[in-house]
Amino acid sequence: MNTASNPATLQYIGEHLLPGQFGYFFTLLSLVASLVASFAFAKAFYANHIDDEKSWNKLAKIAFGIEVITVVASFIILTYVITNHLFEYKYAYSHSDKSLSFEYLLSCFWEGQEGSFLLWSFWHCVLGMIIMYKVKWRPNGVMMTLSFVQFLLASMVIGVFIFGAKVGSSPFILLREEMNWPILSRPDYLQFIKDGTGLNTTLQNYWMVIHPPVLFLGFASTTVPFAFAVAGLFKKDNGWMNHVLSWANFSAGILGLGIMMGAAWAYESLNFGGYWAWDPVENASLVPWLVLVAGIHTTMIFRKTGSSVKASYLFMGLSFLLVIYSTFLTRSGILGDTSVHAFTDLGMNAQLLVFLLIFVIPFFILYFIRFRFMVEPTKEDDISSREFWMLVGSLVLVLSASVIIAITSIPVFNKIFGTNIAPPEDPEFAHNQVQVFVAIIIGSLSAFGQYLRFKHTPIEQIKKQLLLPSIVTIVISAVFFVFVGVGYTQKGPGFVGALYVGILASVYTVVANFHYWLGVLKGKLKSAGASVGHIGFGLVLLGIFLSASNKTVISFNTTGINVLKEDADMRKSPVGNPRENITLFEGINTDMGKYMVEYTRDTTDELNKRFFELRFTDKKTNEQFFLYPDILKNNKGAEGFSANPDAKHYWLKDIFVYITSFQDHSEEDTVAFKPAKIKIGDSIFYSNGYIKLNEVLVNPNPNRAAGTNELILDLQVTSKEGLQYSSKPGILLEGLNMEQRLDTIKAQNLVLSFNKVVSQEEGVLEIGIKESSSLTNLITLKVYEFPFINVLWLGVVVMTIGFMMSMLQRIRKNKAI
Amino acid sequence: MKKTHIILLVLIAAAIVVLISYTGDLSSYETVSSAKQKQGKFVNLIVKMDKTVPVQYDPVKDPNYLKFNVQDSLGGKISVVYHNTMPTDMEKSERLVLKGKVQGDVFECSTIVMKCPSKYKDNPTAMKEQPEILSN
Repeated sequence: MNTASNPATLQYIGEHLLPGQFGYFFTLLSLVASLVASFAFAKAFYANHIDDEKSWNKLAKIAFGIEVITVVASFIILTYVITNHLFEYKYAYSHSDKSLSFEYLLSCFWEGQEGSFLLWSFWHCVLGMIIMYKVKWRPNGVMMTLSFVQFLLASMVIGVFIFGAKVGSSPFILLREEMNWPILSRPDYLQFIKDGTGLNTTLQNYWMVIHPPVLFLGFASTTVPFAFAVAGLFKKDNGWMNHVLSWANFSAGILGLGIMMGAAWAYESLNFGGYWAWDPVENASLVPWLVLVAGIHTTMIFRKTGSSVKASYLFMGLSFLLVIYSTFLTRSGILGDTSVHAFTDLGMNAQLLVFLLIFVIPFFILYFIRFRFMVEPTKEDDISSREFWMLVGSLVLVLSASVIIAITSIPVFNKIFGTNIAPPEDPEFAHNQVQVFVAIIIGSLSAFGQYLRFKHTPIEQIKKQLLLPSIVTIVISAVFFVFVGVGYTQKGPGFVGALYVGILASVYTVVANFHYWLGVLKGKLKSAGASVGHIGFGLVLLGIFLSASNKTVISFNTTGINVLKEDADMRKSPVGNPRENITLFEGINTDMGKYMVEYTRDTTDELNKRFFELRFTDKKTNEQFFLYPDILKNNKGAEGFSANPDAKHYWLKDIFVYITSFQDHSEEDTVAFKPAKIKIGDSIFYSNGYIKLNEVLVNPNPNRAAGTNELILDLQVTSKEGLQYSSKPGILLEGLNMEQRLDTIKAQNLVLSFNKVVSQEEGVLEIGIKESSSLTNLITLKVYEFPFINVLWLGVVVMTIGFMMSMLQRIRKNKAI
Repeated sequence: MKKTHIILLVLIAAAIVVLISYTGDLSSYETVSSAKQKQGKFVNLIVKMDKTVPVQYDPVKDPNYLKFNVQDSLGGKISVVYHNTMPTDMEKSERLVLKGKVQGDVFECSTIVMKCPSKYKDNPTAMKEQPEILSN
């Protein structure tokens, strides 16, 4: 019987089908349960009678409980599939391999779209449980929306065909169901699938274990303010604004932390030499954060004054909608050429678009239907009131977000209108030149905002309270400007000026909020959330400004193997003169700016990561330290290698280094010797300098073996940068046998030989010159000095603490979540 | 009119100005021949490597000098100078997006974007191949 011809009855050997069957079952059940929960919560939300509400609420809670169980079960099953290396599952095959340690197997979980959707769902379950039991204001209304989001997320991972259209992509699909490789029709195919294709090398970093869960908790938590706002719109009830702030503070804190963990990952493991590149993926997560922070501020205005109603509804809703929009951008493949780290297109674009529009369109319809209900007080805000400046700040944040998202959406614009717009010459600077002013405005507002009172502030009071922090700020900034200054002058005096003002504004934020906490709040921690949060934000801005203004490339080639080539043409190069790479030869100490650097050795660890040991010696202090940047051969069929930077951390700066290319000493050396005639006292050129013959030494070594004669040339090699080397190639004669003694100058990649005597009378000799790049291992690297980067990381931590303190403050105040 | 309205209008106007000035910075995708027409203007080229001409790169002499030749889909050819190290998988790349300016006969390139299996993405072609059968 030929089983292979009939796949339906084929028995495959060694497959573990049970986890997958359970997985499919739970993902489908999750879809149903979340829809039932959403419907039942809606019924309870709209119930007129208390008994109706109770019974619907009971059903809804059961349905949501089932939803929680199914999501957790799917989560556990997928973890099981990955950690047990069940490569019959495509997810395990394409995202993991056996060599990975447990924490990286977790990264495999969220490397793919399906796993990250599951992670997102999981956080909704956690948040939903808290809302169901702890939220006092219309929990049914909030849960209605949250469960509906769960329903759509569940639809992303079911992977079934409905009317011929693929809905979702299941993480439990088998390799043989998806692929049509010939071997997969063999019953024993699994014995050939020995290992998975592995986790992307750049994702094998500890930040990638922790960054996605935190970021997705941030994404998931933006659903809560949105759900509050939607429930408020349905019921024409602004009461949610008294309850949303604890959630919104939590969300902003976690989302901000998640974003900056991604930045830390980029800094440590990518090598564009920074932590932020205005990449669409980064922008897409920053923009919801900006809008959410704006929403927090307008909601506070509403609570104190009753104004900013429309803005609060809009911003709280928009933050979540922007999360969905960024999901669409990064997962649909629409970013294409513009982003380096979007997800792979899984052919779910239509579904992602539905996911987006199903929230955007109804929300805005509802918003405009309710527009007249959102009544603003007619009284004008006093210009000396806190709410006035808070609103200005919020609007600036939202407009900044709008500019960022508009620029990020250019590929979408191209798609819709068939245009062909490409990013500008310096895409990072295009953002920086705008956002620097946003940062200055927001920095200044956060500095004095808290000193203002709601409704009206006596000018005398502001003057009195702000005097000390203003003086301190000016002193600190002046000291900084005199002793450090701004080194980044490439973009002209305007930008330098902006950087100076930006540093001033961010120092002011830190100092003024610190003073507010100690001076006005008398150092009380209970109500210091806002102060701490603003101090953190100020430190973040300060870290950004300081590192941006003084980041320097120090891998300029100061000995210059290429001094002769440094011709005028190159200096005129219209794209500037990057020349940021320096070449190091193994074992040769090379002069590089403030340091001498030597590539001392390299080692390869068991995971095939090759570490290069670089010894840095400070020329002034003779302080020595070692850095170990590494490279890892790319997996997943990608060519080349990925380079992981290493950094020497000081309190005030980082020395940041990564390998840009490397070349191994190869045994097969194809370069030939070039013969050249030379006399004593003559010089001949080679590509990097000249070689002079000083004299011919006959039998200089008295201890030579009997019956042998030696002819040694005393050559002096002078490189064009003025370095001198002595070289002594020779010939050893033993009877009729002649043996050449080559001499190598590694630092010049030069091999010299003494070939023969051409003419004894005229004293003409022939030497051989070989210039080969394969004499020694060499690497090229880039080295940056990043000053004050720790200020940024410290700021992130402090800001997150501030948000969490604010959250606790709100919970205490409301005596509820 | 309330003060907040005025501020809102001012800010919206500012945002519009910013976006309009940004559009001035935007560049375009060009062919080799149209890029040659626009000497000194920053453009994007979508090309593939012309492998009939050897790549010049020697990190010993200069790690920041790479010269190679490219060809676009219309057959236009140009040589490219890139003042940086040679991207490792460049020669295997199916398609290159070059950003830079034409200066005389040479394209002075500031950025090379390789359209090949990106290290950030799953390689779609890698998954098309089955693992080698090592034993019988």
